[in-house]
Amino acid sequence: MSTEILMPALSPTMTEGNLTKWLVKEGQEIKAGDVIAEIETDKATMEVEAVDEGFVEKLLYKEGDINIPVNKPIALISSEKDSSIEIKDKKFEKSSKKEINKTKESNSNAQEVNKDPNKDTITMRQAIRDTIAEEMRKEKKVFILGEEVAEYQGAYKVTQGLLDEFGKKRVIDTPISEHGFTGLAVGAAFKGLIPIVEFMTFNFSMQAIDQIINSAAKTLYMSGGQINCPIVFRGPNGAAAQVAAQHSQDFSSWYAHVPGLKVVSPSTPLNAKGLLREAIRDPNPVIFLENEILYGLKGEILSDENFTIPFGKANIAKEGKDTTIVTYSIMLHKSLEAAKILQEKHNLDIEVIDLQSLRPLDSETIINSVKKTNRIVTVEESWPFASIGSEIVNLVQKNAFDYLDAPIIKINSADVPMPYSSELEKLYLPQIDDIVKAVKEVNYI
Amino acid sequence: MKKLSKADHLKIFSYMLKIRRFEERSAQLYGMGHIGGFCHLYIGQEAVVVGVLMTIKKNDSVVTTYRDHGHMIARGLNPKKIMAELTGRSDGYSAGKGGSMHMFSKENNFYGGHGIVGAQVPIGTGIAFTHKYNGDKNICRTYIGDGAMNNGQVFEAFNLAALWQLPVLYIIENNKYGMGTAVDRAAAGSHLYKRGEAFGIKGEILDGMNVYSVIKAAEKAGEYVRSGKGPYILEVQTYRYRGHSMSDPAKYRTKDELEKYKNSDPIEIVKEEILKKKIASKKELEKLNKEIIEEIKSAVDFALESNFPSSEELYTDVYI
Repeated sequence: MSTEILMPALSPTMTEGNLTKWLVKEGQEIKAGDVIAEIETDKATMEVEAVDEGFVEKLLYKEGDINIPVNKPIALISSEKDSSIEIKDKKFEKSSKKEINKTKESNSNAQEVNKDPNKDTITMRQAIRDTIAEEMRKEKKVFILGEEVAEYQGAYKVTQGLLDEFGKKRVIDTPISEHGFTGLAVGAAFKGLIPIVEFMTFNFSMQAIDQIINSAAKTLYMSGGQINCPIVFRGPNGAAAQVAAQHSQDFSSWYAHVPGLKVVSPSTPLNAKGLLREAIRDPNPVIFLENEILYGLKGEILSDENFTIPFGKANIAKEGKDTTIVTYSIMLHKSLEAAKILQEKHNLDIEVIDLQSLRPLDSETIINSVKKTNRIVTVEESWPFASIGSEIVNLVQKNAFDYLDAPIIKINSADVPMPYSSELEKLYLPQIDDIVKAVKEVNYI
Repeated sequence: MKKLSKADHLKIFSYMLKIRRFEERSAQLYGMGHIGGFCHLYIGQEAVVVGVLMTIKKNDSVVTTYRDHGHMIARGLNPKKIMAELTGRSDGYSAGKGGSMHMFSKENNFYGGHGIVGAQVPIGTGIAFTHKYNGDKNICRTYIGDGAMNNGQVFEAFNLAALWQLPVLYIIENNKYGMGTAVDRAAAGSHLYKRGEAFGIKGEILDGMNVYSVIKAAEKAGEYVRSGKGPYILEVQTYRYRGHSMSDPAKYRTKDELEKYKNSDPIEIVKEEILKKKIASKKELEKLNKEIIEEIKSAVDFALESNFPSSEELYTDVYI
């Protein structure tokens, strides 16, 4: 009788993994607890242990196979030794090419990208890392610090390889001490260095929010223009997958509320590069809100090492004439999916604006779009009360009141702490269907 | 300790006196409504900052709390511009946007003036980090009130400074009260400097009413930190004659306690030393006092004649 060993989910956001190494051979006897394989996830390379004992009947994937979906069988274990199974060294069962090709276009990781024939298509994770590295090569004052950024290679592998290239003077592991190391970085910025502070997630920035707001954002003003704070606070923001209330919240409107801070949130590898480079070069404190689920997103980039995206400039991700959707970060992708459905099912031509920069906000692009479409829906992951969408509602009523053909609809996460259960989590977060429904509503369909 | 010259003694005396006279005048201007908001006076604590001043190098950095007027004077900053800031004028160090608690002078390596208790400690540690990063052999002196010694970020900063061997000298100005709460009602354990021991940070306690003991300890501690051995803590025992801020009647302490400290007034100690060593006569010291009074008067005149910031200034210096 055979038991299947499935590709395990080894991180909250893992949807697939790479088989880096088999530590057992076909025919080999294994006991529960034996390490049988090394699997590379979106975050790290992990060892997989056998749960049952028996004999390895078949290895269904070979070493080096990538993008194997979670829960796909990777090996068969039989309870009894089958004399027909010989111990084989390298003769692996050919993995299904079809399977791999099918998943290749979806989320992937940095290693895999190197094999991609299209050199200019990289992941968000790699785009962020490359930009940090490029700017660190150019400017010696730039350094990065945070939890697990150096030896561990980044909790989300964003800083992979930076320690090797730049050494421990400039790639610095900190203790779990956000208030302390954020304040330290702010002091270093006052004195002329350019720190990049990685928060393992922005949830932990709350431990340090006094230093971000009272020190980093206000000192230029309080010193009559003498002391600026060239610093970037970056890390994943918003919901990941089932990490519940304390680890899933969107800080965009929290930080965008504060004069003295600039707040940006990329949605693609391309704008991640342009916005991050701009952030590092900006003499002001910048909050750079990444999204964990987007780290594996692949996209084309410009290889120009001076490519920047100016803050306060939105990107029209899709032109349209019937309704404006204003969004940013991960919700851009849900909005584009919704736009596709609306086109196909309701013949509505949607304009999708990716804000990119939340403070300063590109009011001109929003207003011009509303003047063209006369309808607007805002889509974001933050809570509804005093959100980015609330500010846009204010902007539009003030500047394009007479152009509106329907009340504005604001789509946000539910006004509750993030629940753990996946079913409730789905209800909490804005979904494509919610966007479709709202756009139909402003079109009175 | 290096032997102090006659000029050194007079420098000490005049700086301490200048701080005293400046603060007395600040209290008066506060009463007259020219200074608003929170205003924390340094009267009684002069020996601390002036003692440290005698050991400081030009490119060393300083960061302190909101009780910062005396610190700025001791850093050699212009009393006119300090007073202009206190009175909210455009000629102030922060162009009238900082006020008493938030004053800075980048060109003099003075990094504030911080209004949030404890916040200056990680910041000062970060400035020290920069000195080490740049390899410039300068150090950062970071002042801490006794009240901040119960604030979590202070210990996070201590840990980082010890872990990374940063050139930071922490100077605890223990004036016995965090606002109205006596140290022994706020801090568990014995001496505050001993809280560095957990991180392997050496430290000592000293009499902060006597400037000569401050100089001696600050010199030794400064050399220790500059030599690359990492942080060091001085707990300087001092006393503020006035309340926590201008609006504090200081009813939480006895008159006797205040008198006791006034009887060992830090300026009197220096005066006696100067007279004893015949560095200057009583008459000469009185002349110096009059000159300082005039200097502070002219600072007040300068401040009150200075313009308030123009309305356009409301929106400048938010970003550069």
